[in-house]
Amino acid sequence: MLQDKDRIFTNLYGAHSPGLEAAKKRGAWHLTREMLQQTPEWICDQIKASGLRGRGGAGFPTGLKWTFMPKEVRDRPHYLVVNADESEPGTCKDREIMRHDPHLLIEGCMVASYAMRAHACYVYLRGEYIAEREALEKAVKEAYEAGLVGKNNKNGWDFDIYVHHGAGAYICGEETALLESLEGKKGQPRLKPPFPANAGLYGCPTTVNNVESIAVAPTILRRGAEWFAGFGRPNNTGTKLFCVSGHVNKPCNVEEEMSITFRDLIETHCGGIRGGWDNLKAVIPGGSSVPMVPAEQIMDAYMDFDTLRDLRSGLGTAAVIVMDKSTDLIQAIARISYFYKHESCGQCTPCREGTGWMWRVLERMAKGQAEMSDIDMLLDVASQVEGHTICALGDAAAWPVQGLIRHFRHEIEDRISEYRAPRTMVQGANVAAE
Amino acid sequence: MADDLFKLNIDGKDIEVPKHYTLMQACEEAGAEIPRFCYHERLSVAGNCRMCLVQWKGAPKPIASCAQTVGDMRLNPDGSPPNVLTSGDYVEKARNGVMEFLLINHPLDCPICDQGGECDLQDQAMAYGRSGSRYALNKRAVENKNMGPLVKTIMTRCIQCTRCVRFAAEVAGVEELGMISRGEDAEITTYLEESLSSELSGNVIDLCPVGALTSKPYAYNARPWELRKTESIDIMDAMGAGIRVDAKGAGVMRIMPVLNEEVNEEWLSDKSRFVWDGLARQRLDRPYVRENGKLRPASWSEALQKTAEALKASKEKTGFIAGDLVEVEQARAALDLARNLDIASTDCRPAGASYGADGVREKYILNPTLMGVEEADVLLLIGTNPRVEASVWNARIRKAWLWNDLQVGLIGEGVDLTYDYEHLGTGPADLDGLLKGDSAFVTAFKNAKRPMVVVGEHALVGEHGLDVLNAAHQIALDAGAITDEWSGFGVLHNAAGRVGALDTGFVPGENGLDTKAMLEGGLDTLVLLGADELDLSKLGDTTVIYVGSHGDRGSSRADIILPSAAYTEMEATYVNTEGRVQMTRKAVQPKGEAREAWAIFRALSELTGKTLSYDSADQLREQIREHNPIFAGLGFAPGAGGHEALSQAPEKANNLAGARPFEAPFEDFYLTNPIARASKTMAECSLMKRGLETPVAAE
Repeated sequence: MLQDKDRIFTNLYGAHSPGLEAAKKRGAWHLTREMLQQTPEWICDQIKASGLRGRGGAGFPTGLKWTFMPKEVRDRPHYLVVNADESEPGTCKDREIMRHDPHLLIEGCMVASYAMRAHACYVYLRGEYIAEREALEKAVKEAYEAGLVGKNNKNGWDFDIYVHHGAGAYICGEETALLESLEGKKGQPRLKPPFPANAGLYGCPTTVNNVESIAVAPTILRRGAEWFAGFGRPNNTGTKLFCVSGHVNKPCNVEEEMSITFRDLIETHCGGIRGGWDNLKAVIPGGSSVPMVPAEQIMDAYMDFDTLRDLRSGLGTAAVIVMDKSTDLIQAIARISYFYKHESCGQCTPCREGTGWMWRVLERMAKGQAEMSDIDMLLDVASQVEGHTICALGDAAAWPVQGLIRHFRHEIEDRISEYRAPRTMVQGANVAAE
Repeated sequence: MADDLFKLNIDGKDIEVPKHYTLMQACEEAGAEIPRFCYHERLSVAGNCRMCLVQWKGAPKPIASCAQTVGDMRLNPDGSPPNVLTSGDYVEKARNGVMEFLLINHPLDCPICDQGGECDLQDQAMAYGRSGSRYALNKRAVENKNMGPLVKTIMTRCIQCTRCVRFAAEVAGVEELGMISRGEDAEITTYLEESLSSELSGNVIDLCPVGALTSKPYAYNARPWELRKTESIDIMDAMGAGIRVDAKGAGVMRIMPVLNEEVNEEWLSDKSRFVWDGLARQRLDRPYVRENGKLRPASWSEALQKTAEALKASKEKTGFIAGDLVEVEQARAALDLARNLDIASTDCRPAGASYGADGVREKYILNPTLMGVEEADVLLLIGTNPRVEASVWNARIRKAWLWNDLQVGLIGEGVDLTYDYEHLGTGPADLDGLLKGDSAFVTAFKNAKRPMVVVGEHALVGEHGLDVLNAAHQIALDAGAITDEWSGFGVLHNAAGRVGALDTGFVPGENGLDTKAMLEGGLDTLVLLGADELDLSKLGDTTVIYVGSHGDRGSSRADIILPSAAYTEMEATYVNTEGRVQMTRKAVQPKGEAREAWAIFRALSELTGKTLSYDSADQLREQIREHNPIFAGLGFAPGAGGHEALSQAPEKANNLAGARPFEAPFEDFYLTNPIARASKTMAECSLMKRGLETPVAAE
């Protein structure tokens, strides 16, 4: 279990003031100038050595990502864009950082910008995050007034930070759609390549990072890469914010060591599963887009990228959705499917057409009004969406469905049989095609 | 250079292609056929239909080949070229999946869809579709959008490929089409459901791979497989765009563009595309003779006899005016007839533009060529609005502006040309001292490697016409636009027949009258060769003989009407504004008793006693080529290569200070000639353009 002295987000619950003075007392903005006197390469190397993997869901090594930026600024300026469009259902970690520890984020933006030779950073906030915007804007104002950021600031790296408020679309959390939206266009993912590091915001080299990835960077530099790498298992290091929701006794957000077991996480921080461990049915361990894992597989699993990948799921954003035996899993996945159908941007065919199809079939399955053959068809449709789209939303829509059928096919079959049992007329009768 | 090439292995075949190629192009180079909906080679890459998926061995997912640049591909771990497969189970499954998704919400209304038989979705569904549907749920329906009188929309059929959106934004330069909403509710719509304010809007019909956007005037008229297709030349403007005339029975059912990279690429203006219903209306289908103030039908022999008498009456007091659509054969035959009768008053410039007294061809054609604008670095437009005078060329200017950083300057009416330009003035007076300025454009113009100066035909009309031509020519010389390799000076005509008639020499002979003088009155006989854009009010009791295809201004004043074939009804030679000699082909028979015009003059020559020496169109064309060898080079424009005639300084232009500003070439883009004025579709477009549209209820 993570000790208090090792926590990065020491004001996660808002017990203290989010203001600049209080943040400084908690360690923010300490030695920032000295960090910026190192070379950008040194910062990237430190982040690489810390083993930090992107906290937005994909888990791409952050230090490596930063090195993809051109080594010199040529005719086009570099940009850092912080993805604060936290919309993945179940995820609620970035908002706490922005509300209660915004200075860690701002400092992180500055350090990361310097590491990528960017003088400007945009924070793209989710449309629904009103209080978060106010808190962040207030902190940005404080930082400007204190001369910590801006032109000719105390830290010695000209740096401007802008908070941009989105309009509330899930797809704008996809990095290229976010850039489109930031440019004032309709939020639709771009084709890759070119990747943002070559042609991102306004066609300039850009890196898009999650709030948490950026906010932990200054502390890593202050306390050393070895300190951060000391938590968790190899390749899955550091501390991580877990957002536990669902059928636990005390749902919470908590910073924990990476690779904590699921059981420890729930027992230590969430007061156990509602109705005891025997009552656990399944867990969605990384936000709505990752496949669910059944109870027996997740109970003692390490909560980290590699373990969950081996369980054919993923750590994602570490938004742990716990479902006990009272849960109607089919209905739950149907609801998640509806979300993806609603949030599909409509640009490319498989996602535009496939998400609605999957949702409609699932809604019928939840009532049992389906054919047995529909289960395989649904799986096939999901596989036709997965991997065939421009961005990962298609995958995100397909995975929960695949997870459901992989582990709980029998429930769907039971539901269909149950529906049919009293309706002998329906049994085996084909519905005439229109 | 080997550095620019990239090696690939496609379907087991080693191939080397330029690095900037897309994988789709590389696959095609390797002989594989890649299905696609959203990809179009003249539009930006959208990569959204996902039909062109191929397998790249080693990649975790199938690759959209239209969006993958070959140069970005990684080699195999062992350093061998990447292996790509364009067929096989993996690819088939991916494409079948996409096809299934495209079809689940596509209506099964092919039997009543106008796209049927030429539908990309239909064709590709044959290769990648399932035999039955697995989708048993309700299909999506989308409300149709009003897109004006030209484009019919059935939006339920739309597959959101966004070709039309990209065309409007990129080629036409009007950002009035877009996709609203998202996910499966996404819809293509025009801004406020109005038709596009573009002269090129009809091209979205060709671009639409399904039946969502179809031709409104053509709706439910014919099936593609029952149409007789004839490749021909458009005569609605002086570009001579390549067209295909699709006919069924005796009627022209529609007109489509054909690829002519040098002229129209693959676009067509709305006037050229939709004028065809005018070919069936207001037609002069038999000869008429005026008797007691009224026109009555007459026989050919009577009409010709009367005409011959009128022609013979007086050689000084007889004149010929050729109109905008006159073909070379007609001009030659009429000119021969006139000269045989010692008639010197012949003119092919109804509006009276000046092209220089010396008749030097370089001074009345567009020497740098239409395509040349893509090589030019600055373009100075003088008294012209290419958007309405040569709409398709305007799109090419826009393309050059967009991709080649072409800088454009305009002296003339400040209109929206769909690209940015520096407005340098409004009239001839602004030509004086133009090069003394130091604005951004003038500086660029003076330093340009390949400057291009284009004078609108209409700018040469009136008393200052010749001065404008000379002043513009002088500006081109001063800016270094005339070199051995590059002749950056030319005239943009707006009538299809003009250059051909000028090449024929259809200008006043010795002591002959020009158009203006002929129309002053005092003539005994005036022959109009399809000339309608004239003020005939001062003619008095002149006997007017109208040779043409449509009842319009000319025929209403005529005393004798000799009906002739329209451009879809004959083989005829036209010369476009670049000096490119092209021929129309006969798609349908002439209406009623109408004859090809040259044959009318041939018949008249017999009756006037000076029989012309040719008995067939081929013999006539032989004579035409003898008179002017340029007619032998079918399909070619002289091009921008050194023109000595232009390197000599023109006469010094008179003071232009008091000249009136340049005017618009014509009032209404849609109604510039008798065929267009007979077209109901063009009338609707014109009404709409003027804001007089009465909204039509959606079906």
